[in-house]
Amino acid sequence: MAISLDRNKAFGWAANDKSGILSPFHFSRRENGDNDVTVKILFCGVCHSDLHTIKNDWGFSHYPIIPGHEIVGIATKVGKNVTKFKEGDRVGVGVIIGSCQSCESCNQDLENYCPQLVYTYNSRSIDGTRNQGGYSDKIVVDQRFVLSFPDGLPSDSGAPLLCAGITVYSPMKYYGMTEEKGKHLGVSGLGGLGHLAVKIGKAFGLKVTVISRSSEKEREAIDRLAADSFLVTTDSQKMKDAIGTMDFVLDTVSPEHSLLPLLSLLKVNGKLVTLGLPEKPLELPIFPLVLGRKMLGGSQIGGMKETQEMLDFCAKHNIVADIELIKMSDINSAMARLARSDVRYRFVIDVANSISLL
Amino acid sequence: MGKVLEKEAFGLAAKDNSGVLSPFRFARRETGEKDVRFKVLFCGICHTDLHMIRNDWGMSTYPLVPGHEIVGLVTEVGGKVTKFKTGDKVGVGCMVGSCGSCDSCTEGLENYCPKMIQTYGFKYYDDTITYGGYSDNMVCDEAFIIRIPDNLPLDAAAPLLCAGITVYSPLKYHGLDKPGMHIGVVGLGGLGHVAVKFAKAMGTKVTVISTSDSKRGEAINRLGADAFVVSRDPQQIKGAMGTMDGIINTVSATHSLLPLLGMLKHKGKLVMVGAPEKPLELSVMPLIFERKMVMGSMIGGIKETQEMVDMAGKHNITADIELISADYVNTAMERLEKADVRYRFVIDVANTLKPTP
Repeated sequence: MAISLDRNKAFGWAANDKSGILSPFHFSRRENGDNDVTVKILFCGVCHSDLHTIKNDWGFSHYPIIPGHEIVGIATKVGKNVTKFKEGDRVGVGVIIGSCQSCESCNQDLENYCPQLVYTYNSRSIDGTRNQGGYSDKIVVDQRFVLSFPDGLPSDSGAPLLCAGITVYSPMKYYGMTEEKGKHLGVSGLGGLGHLAVKIGKAFGLKVTVISRSSEKEREAIDRLAADSFLVTTDSQKMKDAIGTMDFVLDTVSPEHSLLPLLSLLKVNGKLVTLGLPEKPLELPIFPLVLGRKMLGGSQIGGMKETQEMLDFCAKHNIVADIELIKMSDINSAMARLARSDVRYRFVIDVANSISLL
Repeated sequence: MGKVLEKEAFGLAAKDNSGVLSPFRFARRETGEKDVRFKVLFCGICHTDLHMIRNDWGMSTYPLVPGHEIVGLVTEVGGKVTKFKTGDKVGVGCMVGSCGSCDSCTEGLENYCPKMIQTYGFKYYDDTITYGGYSDNMVCDEAFIIRIPDNLPLDAAAPLLCAGITVYSPLKYHGLDKPGMHIGVVGLGGLGHVAVKFAKAMGTKVTVISTSDSKRGEAINRLGADAFVVSRDPQQIKGAMGTMDGIINTVSATHSLLPLLGMLKHKGKLVMVGAPEKPLELSVMPLIFERKMVMGSMIGGIKETQEMVDMAGKHNITADIELISADYVNTAMERLEKADVRYRFVIDVANTLKPTP
């Protein structure tokens, strides 16, 4: 099959091996096709998945890898079949850039569950192209996978919504957490995912408790993020008092951890939804599930339609991520800090102002 | 102050964690104004009975009279009882009391009430310990009595009161009861065989998943299962991948969940009704990338237990039983431990449980 070889030069920062060290990298994007939108990238969020991928933590990285799937930019070119966007529009690109578009999942606007899902980076499209992500000056994407960035949503602090935001919004809707105001949601882990889960949960009228290993983040959880309460898992008395009090728990923690304390916090019929991707299997105690008719489920990102719905919801409720804006050249030290969870709560690369050809 | 128990009773009790059952004389309360008293005709032997007589879960107190699949004929009703009369065919399952006012109770889910009182080995409101159905007579609050449909043989209906509701409840609650759905049943024992029967009666396609091929013939020919997968055969597992809407998992031994999750369709539900004591290893990938779920379920509320038994009456669903005499019970327990029963022992209480002179 002929691959359109592209003189559409691009520039980004890539990891070349599992050291994960990122450095300048020249490459090409495809020419803008009839269904495509070319995006000049303004900002790109730094997701924990980016770190896992550049270090090959999950074992399927193919180098060189330009990560980045929380991309906000301006449409600079649209193909002739593109109806939803025009040049100059502010747009977003998230975690997926392709799917089969004909299976049951795709037909239900759940492209994220398509068996032929194409991720924004570290993936291969049907035509054979290796896909590279948003730590770069531009990207070319099929219009189905481009999102309209609502007015009123800042490009820099809105960027993390494209992965972190939808990753918590989708399960909150799917598992019925948002149907009734006043229900009690526990958010385990206060990082990129967790802090957005608190904001979105509060916007849906839920009571929100942050569950964390240490009390370090208590004040800001309550004062700044407006969580209703904060539970430290090492405080056995407080954990005991909280048994059976939560309708739902969203678990955003990826390193291996015990599910038993989280299950114990659930009421009867309660739901624990796990979002993190640990490297090894977890241990699931069965008795608590049986005795309380509890459920353990998972979720990943969301379909394009619900991602747009989430962006519109966040714009309406002024929900953005808490970010630390960095220059492209700072990315390696940012990754080192991310590995230590030393960020409140998402790094965002100021791509347009700091990515320059060397 | 403890209540004075007036009515004599006779049964089989475990006296210590050896689990050996022996004759035991005791007393039950008089028939209170909301109570129904009945002569026990049959009592099913549930695997839980075996765990409890041996104190496997560390919660047993002795002497322990087990039995929570109890059927019989009403001999007396209290003054405020409206739903039952002398001579009625009735049963009692796993519960004899609950708080009546919590969220679970008000939703008809007494089984999840934090103050639920189990049929044996629990403290009742009058401070006495409850004694189960391996005994000649039973007294129970009307609210926890189940009417047995006339057309069901009482001996084979007894196991419905625990095994039946344990599988019926999650099939309904999780929407796995729609005609045309594909349901997997893991384990073909007391719970599993009844799950096949109910799932078939609900119009679903049923695949039995078992560790060995030995039960294939009867699963398909006698129980009506549509297919049979041996979980130790990778080829058979592969053929079943991504085909099931839900799986009822009755196995309590430690086992791998990964092949079971693999057999579910996207958004499929793996329902645990067996309760392995140790945590099971779980890869979260099928949950995250295919939105599959793992959930648990425990018996059911009284209203749905009655609904289940009525459905059994309509579709002639009973357990496959081996009727035994009372003096065989210890041997039966040993055989149960080796899963050597097709598929439930039921004690012929009225005919064989006699007080020792």
